[in-house]
Amino acid sequence: MTAVLAVQDLHVAIGPRGKAANVLRGASLEVQAGEVRGLVGESGAGKSMLGRAVLGLLPANAVVQSGTIQFEGRDLLAMPEPERRSLLGRRIALIPQDPMTSLNPVKRVGAQISIMLRHHLALSKREALERATELLTEVAIREPRRVLDLYPHEISGGMRQRVLIAMAFACDPSLVIADEPTTALDVTVQRQVLQLVERLRQRHGAAILFVTHDLGVVAKICRTMTVLHAGRVLEDGETADVLVKPRHPYTRALLAATPRADRPAEALRPVPPALIESLWSEAHRLDRLAVAGPA
Amino acid sequence: MVDLAVSGPIARPSQWRAGFARGGPRLWIGVGLVGFFVLIALLAPLLAPHDPIEQDLLSAQLPPAWMQGGEVTFPLGTDSLGRCVLSRLMYAARTAIAVALIAASLAAIIGIAFGLIAGMFGGWIDQVVSRLIDVWMAFPPVLLSIVLAAVIGAGLTSVIAAIVVVDWTRFARVVRAETMVQLQRDYASAARALGLSRGQILRLEILPNLVPLIVTLFAVEMGIAILVEVILSFVGISVAGDVATWGGMIVEGRQVIYQAPWIMAFPIGCVILSVIGFNLLGDGLRAALDPVQRR
Repeated sequence: MTAVLAVQDLHVAIGPRGKAANVLRGASLEVQAGEVRGLVGESGAGKSMLGRAVLGLLPANAVVQSGTIQFEGRDLLAMPEPERRSLLGRRIALIPQDPMTSLNPVKRVGAQISIMLRHHLALSKREALERATELLTEVAIREPRRVLDLYPHEISGGMRQRVLIAMAFACDPSLVIADEPTTALDVTVQRQVLQLVERLRQRHGAAILFVTHDLGVVAKICRTMTVLHAGRVLEDGETADVLVKPRHPYTRALLAATPRADRPAEALRPVPPALIESLWSEAHRLDRLAVAGPA
Repeated sequence: MVDLAVSGPIARPSQWRAGFARGGPRLWIGVGLVGFFVLIALLAPLLAPHDPIEQDLLSAQLPPAWMQGGEVTFPLGTDSLGRCVLSRLMYAARTAIAVALIAASLAAIIGIAFGLIAGMFGGWIDQVVSRLIDVWMAFPPVLLSIVLAAVIGAGLTSVIAAIVVVDWTRFARVVRAETMVQLQRDYASAARALGLSRGQILRLEILPNLVPLIVTLFAVEMGIAILVEVILSFVGISVAGDVATWGGMIVEGRQVIYQAPWIMAFPIGCVILSVIGFNLLGDGLRAALDPVQRR
């Protein structure tokens, strides 16, 4: 089985030369065709950076120092810029984090959807509008014709997220990177959005890399998951295995930090810096073991 | 799946009306004044009671019609050569509006182009453009146009050239800064994730967001251009002597200020009213078009 996405030993540094912070230090992961993989970690673990590196959307002051990102067997980092751009939006799509700001505020919804349709599928204006209507129907927006004529500020946050999801799946991509798509939404809308993503995935047959810090979301929709901490992969496997029998103390800490209704509130405690330190040395030990093992 | 509520649809005409309401009296007065001067400029040959260069030495320095000694055929009196002040004011408005429109348009086109490029590409391109702007802004416009007049000869062309050469920086600076701000917005990176090229992002995504700013700047710039034209024709390096300009009329009136103060007062009044008009228009448009307030 070939991987849709294979990230190998990716190192990314961010910041001015000399004072650069290493946000990714040898992260590797694979996403198989049609797989939904959760990418979890605390804030600053580098999970969003990994997603952005795949899309080529790293901030201007970030540098990929080493490693490869292979998409369907081709190295994205070695690819000429126009070729990679032709993949973006068509073969690799993004569901952005914040639906409130990810649509252009001064352009009608319809115009924004048709720009990408016309760009990638060379549709005429009419065809693009037709297709946009179908797409909105597919994400369960009623009166799609009317919504196409509205500006983003005239529709709700959940609706905007659906528009963005519709755009992500519009060209039948083989990989969708969902960058915390539910974080900015309230809980009731979150559920609907998750169901929607899952339904569209099945219909369009895309693989999804679901970047999130919400283990509940991962448990719900991801078959496999990768745990990232301080730019390294700590754990990788079937979601059920990782969540039930976390191999790594950091994963255990992460699980323990998840608020749950069936536990008293005092169980929700922050991880003190000293513990993080010890987790770190533990992590290094495990890393060495992992490397030493198969080699 | 439950459909999410949409806020009421807003049709185009009511949007315009709402914009005008937000602009308040500033916008109304600005539109009124500017409209008044533009109309007069357009219709000068129809409205003017006399040929602006027709001399009638027998009725020189006549006061306005409502003052003692005034004649109805010269509603605002005559100058020292017996030319109709009202007719000259009207034809001078043509020169002023034409200069303002052409100079502001050219300055806007050049400035926006430089600003977009500097804002988009950053790095050394931005450095070069920004330093160019800094140096340019240190150069007094009147001095520059005197130099220009000496090189390419006096006349409308050198007046317009002088304004354009100095004032493109006004547009470039603001557009550069705003482009950078807009590029940081999520919708810009979402557009990159759709596979749009930098040129497409500038043209299709960023530029529409700059429109309110550019329209506002343009109105203010027209006021500035009128002032510069007045100054240049006051010092006598604008158009040829027989073409009526407000600046030229002020010079002529200055020599007989004690005998016939109205000759100078009317053109000054026109300058003040038109510049106030453009400034109010710019101010009002800023309020009416501001995307932040529109949201």
